[in-house]
Amino acid sequence: MKFIKFLFVGIVFGIVLTKSEAVSWYRIYEMFHFQSFHMFGIIMTAVVVGVIGVQIIKRTNMKDITGAPIVIPDKEKGFTGYLVGGTLFGLGWGLIGTCPGPMYILIGAGFYGIGVILLGALVGTYLYGVLKNKLPH
Amino acid sequence: MESLYGTWPWYVSGFLIGGVMLALLYFGKTFGMSSNLRTMCTMLGAGKTSEFFKFDWKTQRWNLTVVLGAMIGGYIAVNFISDPAQMVQINPKTITELQAMNIDAPDGKLLPDALTSTEALQSPKILGILLLGGLLVGFGTRYAGGCTSGHAITGLSNLQLPSLIAVIGFFIGGLVMSWLLLPLFFN
Repeated sequence: MKFIKFLFVGIVFGIVLTKSEAVSWYRIYEMFHFQSFHMFGIIMTAVVVGVIGVQIIKRTNMKDITGAPIVIPDKEKGFTGYLVGGTLFGLGWGLIGTCPGPMYILIGAGFYGIGVILLGALVGTYLYGVLKNKLPH
Repeated sequence: MESLYGTWPWYVSGFLIGGVMLALLYFGKTFGMSSNLRTMCTMLGAGKTSEFFKFDWKTQRWNLTVVLGAMIGGYIAVNFISDPAQMVQINPKTITELQAMNIDAPDGKLLPDALTSTEALQSPKILGILLLGGLLVGFGTRYAGGCTSGHAITGLSNLQLPSLIAVIGFFIGGLVMSWLLLPLFFN
């Protein structure tokens, strides 16, 4: 079963985000008010581990599990879309304290009210798809 | 003292999240949770009205599997490795600030009752807040081309300038909401 490994990665992700409390509305509020180092520590550690890992992958031309070279797609150049989109995302994140990963995790954890947030996020994604060509990027 | 049942320390959590991102690269994929929202729109038939959703969602089955795993992970964490007495011990100053907005203290809960209790979910105002927050996250993440996982973790790890711009945006929006607007929503 080639999907088992993805299921496993997801389970680890769900457990870590719950146990680190990155899924907690309180932790996000605390982060935006600079009242705890916790969330900053998590993000910084993940990025440091990520930068080191990515550099090793690139410098050793590491292959993935299928033997193909590992390629990390570059993000498209741009400014407006990243800043405006990012800011809108941040407004939502600061309000409900839930980014896309934690939405699923919290529903799995039994917080069914988060389903309302997921519904909103699906509508938001759909609206972006409809308006995409009219927006500055 | 830290225990498995309490809050996992930031260095352990951050290390494992970095590991999740690298594991997916090794499996030939790129870590990004918000893409699944687009996939779900496509599965619900959004391709009929917008080009953006016209793609073969089956190529994203691996990512939907990660989502399923994440849900199971959340279930396991809450039901088998949680001791509320050791959880969500936030800054006492934060608790005082929240009280002023009538938001309950954590007391071992991950989310405030003010947002997700059965009672709160019967309030049109709270439902509106949840829907609005979701809408902003869903719209913003696609506009910015990624969320916390795609930009803050994957993008920054790959030293991508666009991801840095997006993350700066995440914080501009988050700070404006948390400091200026949130007190207007809860008073």
